Amino acid sequence: MKLSEMATHANWASLQPEFVDSEVEAAYTSDLLSDVMANAHDADVLITIQAHNNTIAVASLAGIKGIVICNDRSIPEDMLASAAKEKIAIFRTSQNQFQTSQTVANALDA
Amino acid sequence: MNRLPDLSPDKSPLTLVEVIYSTTIREVMSTDPITVERNTPMSTVQQLMRDQGISGLPVAEQGRLFGIVSVQDLIEALQQGKLNVAVSNCMTERVVTLEEDMPLSMAISTFSKYRFGRFPVLNAAQRLTGIISVRDINVTLVNRLLQQVSKFESMFDSEVTPGIELNRVFHTRQHDFENGGKASTTIKKHLVDHHVDRSLVKRVAIASYELEMNQVVHSIGGTISYRITPEAVEILVQDRGPGIENVDQALTEGFTTANEWIKSLGFGAGLGLPNAKRVSDIFFIHSEPGVGTTVKAVVYLQPKKEEKHETE
Repeated sequence: MKLSEMATHANWASLQPEFVDSEVEAAYTSDLLSDVMANAHDADVLITIQAHNNTIAVASLAGIKGIVICNDRSIPEDMLASAAKEKIAIFRTSQNQFQTSQTVANALDA
Repeated sequence: MNRLPDLSPDKSPLTLVEVIYSTTIREVMSTDPITVERNTPMSTVQQLMRDQGISGLPVAEQGRLFGIVSVQDLIEALQQGKLNVAVSNCMTERVVTLEEDMPLSMAISTFSKYRFGRFPVLNAAQRLTGIISVRDINVTLVNRLLQQVSKFESMFDSEVTPGIELNRVFHTRQHDFENGGKASTTIKKHLVDHHVDRSLVKRVAIASYELEMNQVVHSIGGTISYRITPEAVEILVQDRGPGIENVDQALTEGFTTANEWIKSLGFGAGLGLPNAKRVSDIFFIHSEPGVGTTVKAVVYLQPKKEEKHETE
């Protein structure tokens, strides 16, 4: 399933159009950036509430292609600008991390 | 002779574990084994073992296995002067067998468990199709590992492209989260552009980013210097203070001095230094309270003997 298809399926708002619409095979859920760095291995999507610029740096270093910001947290402009520069997708959802993880897991299993 | 080293998954290198789990017994066993029948005299067994240099013969008729006759059985027959009796009187009837489709790991654990020199191998229809010895396993393992090694070698030969050499210094400022990660991102791009293996890039990225963010979070600012050669990436991180009171504690997972504000940004969980150390081939830290902290982390881009250093 492609990132854009996943977003449509899960009803996420896509907040910046400049991203590589790659295939989603795995996701990682964490709000701890050091943990993401160390363990997100080959995750394509990061599910988190960390809506700031450093999340983009970590995502870029860890090879993550899309970030889902949970609980409708507001996303600063500079984060969106960095994401566009790194070609990383940013989505937002009103669901929490658990619900979002469940949605992604179900979609990947289907 | 039939003792194998401990090849359990948690104690063996990943490559070896992959080989023993992805290889089936069928690929390892000797096919068309020499067999004898139940009414073959023991004298024929003696001859076969001597001429063929084998120490165990399956007793089978039209593929159906009845037992196995070993050197031990032959010696007993010799001692008792029973060389003319039929194999069926001397053979071991309760035979431990393996199946063709089982992974090699299964054969290895069976050898460790029973200490026999060989096991007959049956197909799904319970017909004898081969025999497997420790020698078969050794030959296969050595061949597969040689293949892997040459694959790794060719990977390293071809991967790193010319122009990878780089010396660059970045500056960080205290709590400048805006620019935090810039140095690491730049270096990662450089390595990816020069076709460094992804897993090595990832290790450099982790070490670099953790050290960079440590400077942003904890120090009053400093420099991160990179020296990249085709052989290694050397990261030298130096700050102007305040220094670490207890370096051992700082290297312990979970230990942190970060405040709530830093934690709310997803940092300061006490994973930074341990993460950086874990992915480095060489890791050196020196800190003096009131003076500053210096960390040197090296990730080899070529296979080299690994060593780990902690504090001075």
